[in-house]
Amino acid sequence: MSIPQQREGLWRDLAPQVLARLLRTYGPDQFDACEDAVQEALLAAHQQWEENPPQDPLGWLITTSRWRYVDWVRSDRSRRDRETKVDRLTEPLLGQGTSSGDDSLLVLQLCCHPELPRAAQIALTLRAVCGLTTAQISHVYQLPEATVAQRITRAKRRLDELGRVFPATTDPSALTPTVLNVIYVMFTEAHHTMSGSPARDADLADEALHLGRQLRSGAPGDTEVAGLLALMLFTEARQPARITAAGDLMALDEQDRSVWDRTLIAEGLRILDRSVAGATPGPYLIQACIAGLHAQAPDVDRTDWREILALYRLLELTTNGLNPTIRLNRIVAEAMVHGPARALELLDQLREEHPGLPRLHAVRADLLRRSGDRVAAAGEYREAARAADNLAEQRLLLRRLRELGA
Amino acid sequence: MKYVILMQVDPAVLESLTEEQQHTIQSGHGDFMDATKASGEFVATNALADPSRSKVIRSKGGVPEVTDGPFVEAKEFMGGYYLIDVENEERAIELAKLIPDSTIDGLALEIRQVMFFDGGDM
Repeated sequence: MSIPQQREGLWRDLAPQVLARLLRTYGPDQFDACEDAVQEALLAAHQQWEENPPQDPLGWLITTSRWRYVDWVRSDRSRRDRETKVDRLTEPLLGQGTSSGDDSLLVLQLCCHPELPRAAQIALTLRAVCGLTTAQISHVYQLPEATVAQRITRAKRRLDELGRVFPATTDPSALTPTVLNVIYVMFTEAHHTMSGSPARDADLADEALHLGRQLRSGAPGDTEVAGLLALMLFTEARQPARITAAGDLMALDEQDRSVWDRTLIAEGLRILDRSVAGATPGPYLIQACIAGLHAQAPDVDRTDWREILALYRLLELTTNGLNPTIRLNRIVAEAMVHGPARALELLDQLREEHPGLPRLHAVRADLLRRSGDRVAAAGEYREAARAADNLAEQRLLLRRLRELGA
Repeated sequence: MKYVILMQVDPAVLESLTEEQQHTIQSGHGDFMDATKASGEFVATNALADPSRSKVIRSKGGVPEVTDGPFVEAKEFMGGYYLIDVENEERAIELAKLIPDSTIDGLALEIRQVMFFDGGDM
């Protein structure tokens, strides 16, 4: 389906609002049918707007979706609760005609229902909130369209079973950690992909950033929302330096920082400025502060590693020391402040407790290289390359091994 | 995450199966495909021809040379695979146990994570 870009943008902003209106009227247990109705209305808009553009696109989509839903309920004679639904059909649509950012958040919260599997949360969010087609989602994830369609269908049916009650969207704290986590996983999957070309996956990062910005405008006072958005902005800013034209992954210490996206960094820093003072630091805000310090540093040596180490310690406290990956990152910062010998001791403790932790060999190899033990470092790089679950990472580790000349 | 479930096959074991066992395997694979398709975890599957029909292409002095027969002479060979997309390795193992081969002595399944995947126009 080829859609003029401007109109596609408009639809994608309107689609979740239309869905939210329908859900408010007919109940969140009607997610499946309402979402289908919105998809059909979008298809109708695609066929009709070219010749007959409506004056009020949102109103047009709401009315059209509503009629599709009504048609469906009338034809669905097999459903036990048909009568209740027909009753609901006579109820007026709430707040028709005006748009509200909150409505998109309501749909987002439903899509990220904690009872759904992560893959289903993401697929449903991409379709119902971001307005991607099933074909686009299957393309991004390199999955058969039938597989994605089935995930979405199952998720919608599960929501119908679960969704008797709306989440309380007016309360910013109702933006559950699950929603933030779904967006962050979507974002990191775009950057840590094992499939497809970087160009293909850039879309997923865009969608996650778009959702982050939407969340932020809906809950401007929520410091974790601010932290998540800033963290994603800083990470995205480094993307042009992260992968070379030849497709090679570059570690933070070898990236050409002149190609970092300064506009995104400035946006992230502005968000931090407004959010940090007086905030109870949550995990996303702390990670954003760390990423912000990297973003402002001219190179690895002129990075405020003491502050970064302090922030990692704070992050460990906030997460009750339960996350071994945070501890691993803290050890990297320890090495920059206190030297590799001390960090290697800490790393050995961590390895005893979590022998299979991802990146453990890679970090140990880097520390051994910095301490001058080339032979041991080479052994660790070999182990790390075998343990890698990502082709680009594996190539980086093998390159480091070659550079050792051991 | 995508995982490949490799089906390691021993022709001698397959030949010695009873008709009932063969039927169980056949319908078991059908059930497995139905279940993973319904759960949205199925990506693809392929069954491969006997390795005696393989051609092996390997470099000799930098030039590709084609020979007949399997790459390695072994009792077991890869008979086919399932490609699945699941939450984690535990789930991949859980699914592999549903494949009938997992309950026939002499057959085996090997799970390996996919590192790179390009499904063309998928």
